[in-house]
Amino acid sequence: MYTQAMDTLGKEGGDAAPRPVRSAAEAALQQRFDARIDDGGFIEAKDWMPDNYRKTLVRQISQHAHSEIVGMLPEGNWITRAPTLKRKAILLAKVQDEGGHGLYLYAAAETLGTSRDEMIDALHSGKAKYSSIFNYPTLTWADVGTIGWLVDGAAIMNQVPLCRCSYAPYARAMIRICREESFHQRQGFDALLVMMRDGSDAQRAMVQDAVNRWWWPSLMMFGPPDAESTHSTQSMRWGIKRISNDDLRQKFVDAAAEQAKVLGVTLPDPELKWNEARGHHDFGAIDWAEFWNVVDGNGPCNRERLADRVKAWDDGAWVREAALAHADKQRQPMKEAA
Amino acid sequence: MSETTTRTEWPLWEVFVRSKAGLDHKHCGSLHATDAQMAIQLARDVYTRRQEGTSVWVVRSDQIIASDPGDKDMYFDPMEDKVYRHPTFYALPREVDHM
Amino acid sequence: MTTSIELRADPAVQYLLRLGDACLILGQRLGEWCGHAPIVEEDIALANIALDLIGQARAVLTRAGQLEGRGHDEDQLAFLRDERDYLNPTLVELPRGDFAFTTLRNAMVATWLKLLWQRLQASGDAELAAIAGKAVKEARYHQQHAADWLVRLGDGTAESKRRCEAALAALWHYGAELFDDDAVDDAAAAAGLGPRSSELRDEWQAEMGEILGAAGLAMPAPVPFRSEGRRGRHSEHMGYILAELQHLQRAYPGGVW
Repeated sequence: MYTQAMDTLGKEGGDAAPRPVRSAAEAALQQRFDARIDDGGFIEAKDWMPDNYRKTLVRQISQHAHSEIVGMLPEGNWITRAPTLKRKAILLAKVQDEGGHGLYLYAAAETLGTSRDEMIDALHSGKAKYSSIFNYPTLTWADVGTIGWLVDGAAIMNQVPLCRCSYAPYARAMIRICREESFHQRQGFDALLVMMRDGSDAQRAMVQDAVNRWWWPSLMMFGPPDAESTHSTQSMRWGIKRISNDDLRQKFVDAAAEQAKVLGVTLPDPELKWNEARGHHDFGAIDWAEFWNVVDGNGPCNRERLADRVKAWDDGAWVREAALAHADKQRQPMKEAA
Repeated sequence: MSETTTRTEWPLWEVFVRSKAGLDHKHCGSLHATDAQMAIQLARDVYTRRQEGTSVWVVRSDQIIASDPGDKDMYFDPMEDKVYRHPTFYALPREVDHM
Repeated sequence: MTTSIELRADPAVQYLLRLGDACLILGQRLGEWCGHAPIVEEDIALANIALDLIGQARAVLTRAGQLEGRGHDEDQLAFLRDERDYLNPTLVELPRGDFAFTTLRNAMVATWLKLLWQRLQASGDAELAAIAGKAVKEARYHQQHAADWLVRLGDGTAESKRRCEAALAALWHYGAELFDDDAVDDAAAAAGLGPRSSELRDEWQAEMGEILGAAGLAMPAPVPFRSEGRRGRHSEHMGYILAELQHLQRAYPGGVW
C-alpha cells in the first residue's frame, strides 16, 4: 500500500550498489537477468537473482506489508464509534482488507526466502519501517473518510505502477490489492461528501479540520524529492520502481485538487493553483523536517503504534503456541508425563 | 514437553481457489496455519471475500515440488519446435477451417 | 445532544430486539479485536464474524422497526435507545477478555444463534424467515470456527487449558439466561413468530457438551445465577459500550452520515 519506505532505508543503505561479480557463471546469470528485466520480463521465486535485488525486495515488500498491518490501527480506532451501522460495516470491511493486503504481501516476501517471524521481529525491534503516514492520530470521524480519500488515494497512485514490477509474486499481490483498493478510496470520499453536502455545519467543520491535518502528510507519502532519492535509480533499473516520486506526487495533487472542489473543502495550501503553462497545479513547499522527524520515530504516534503491535503479538504468543502444540499432538499422539 | 514443538512459527500453506464451476483452481497466495482445517477456513476468510470462490485447496508449501528453473531449457524448450501440435499449423480450405 | 427514542412496548418487537441486539453488541465486541489478534489471519477471521453479526443486526433491527410502526430505522434503534431498552443477553456485552474468553463466548453464542436461526426459517413472519435463511449459514461457520479453536486451546498447552478453564468459570453461567421463558416468549410462540427460548436448551447443552468434550474441558455445574440483559437490566459494562457506540449520533443532532 505504501512505498515511501523505499527511500528511507537509511541504516542499511549501500544495498543499491551492486557487489563485484564472482565468476564467469555468475556474470552470465547476471547478464540473462538484466536482459530479462530490460525486455520487460518477469522474475519468479526460484529464478536466479542478484543478492541485492533480493534484499531490496525483501525490505520493500515486508515494509509495505508492515504498513498495511500498522495501518489497521488508526482506522480500527473508529470501528466501535462509527456513526451508523452501514459505516461500521464498511469500516470493518476496509480494515479487514488492510489485514488481507498485509497478508498477501507477507506471502510475496516469503517467496524470497524470509519468514513471517523474521519480518515481524524486524518490525518490532525497529529495524524495519512502515509508512510514516500511520504515525498520525485519527482524532475525529472525518479523519476516517479523509484517510480513505487522501491516504488511500496516494497509495493507489504508488501501487498501480507496482502491478508491473519485475518481481512477479509482488506484481501479482499488487494486482489483487489494487482491485480491492479502489473501494477504499471511494468509501472515504463518499463519507466526506455526505457530510459536506447534506450534513450540519458542525460536520462540515469536522471535515475541513481533518483535511487540514492530513493533507501535507499525504503529500509526504510519495517520499523525498527525486533529487534526494538515492535508491530510486537502482530500483528503476531493476523494474521495481516505475515512476519517480515527484511525478507521482504531482499526479496526486492534480487529482486531489479537483476532488477537493467537488467536496467543497479547501486544501490547506495558499500556493496551490493551476499553472496553465505547465498543465499542472503548482503547490507549496513541503516541510521535510517534519517528514524526517516522523520517519526517525518522533511523530505523534510512533511509539504507541509499535507498542500496540508488539502487545498484540506478545499477548498472542500463548495462542500461537497452543495451536502448534495441538497440531503436534494430532500428528504424534503421545502420553505426556504427568 | 513434546520434542516436536521446538519450532515456533506456524507452517506456510499455499492456497488455490476455483472461482466458478468449470474453471481451474488458481494459485492466489499463501498463509500460515497450524492444521488443514484452519488453513481451509483462513483461506476462505482471506481469499474469497469478494465471491471469488466455489472451492478452495490448501497445500503445505513444503509439499510442493517445483521444476527447477535451471532446467527450464531442458524441460520446456523442446516444445518450441513441435508446432505441429497447434491447430494453427494446419492451413485448411476455408470451407472446412472451422475444425 | 440527541435524545433517546421511545419504544412501543410490544412483545414481537421485544422478541426481535433480543435477537438483533445480541448480534449488534457481540459484533461490537468482536470489532475491538481488529488490529490486535494473535496473528493477522485471525484479525481477518474475527472481522469476518463481526461483519456477519452486524449484517444480521441490521436486518433484524430494520424488521423490528417495521413491526413497531413508529418509523424507527436500524440506526435510530441501534444508536438512540436508552440502556434499559437494549435487550441483548448480558453474555454478549462482557468485555472481550483474552482469546480463550472470546472463543468460548463465540462458541456459546454461535451455537445458540444457529439453533435459533434454524427454527426461525419457519417463522410466520416471512421477512424474519428470509433473514434466518441467510443467517443460519453464517452461524454454522461461526460455530465451526469457534469450536475448532476451543479444541485447539483446550487441548493445546497447559497455559491455554488454564485460560479456557478461567473463561468457563467467568462466562458459563451467563448462558442460562438464553433459555428462560417469559411473556415475550409466550407471545412469540402464540403468534408463530419464533420458538420459545427454552426450546433450544437441550440441543444447546448437547452441542456445547460435544464441543467441550472434544476440547477436554469440563462443563461447569449449574448455579442459581441469572443475568437479566434480555429484560433491559444489564451489567456495568453496557453503559461503556453504549457510550462509545452512541457518541457521534448523540453529539451531532441532525447529523447525516
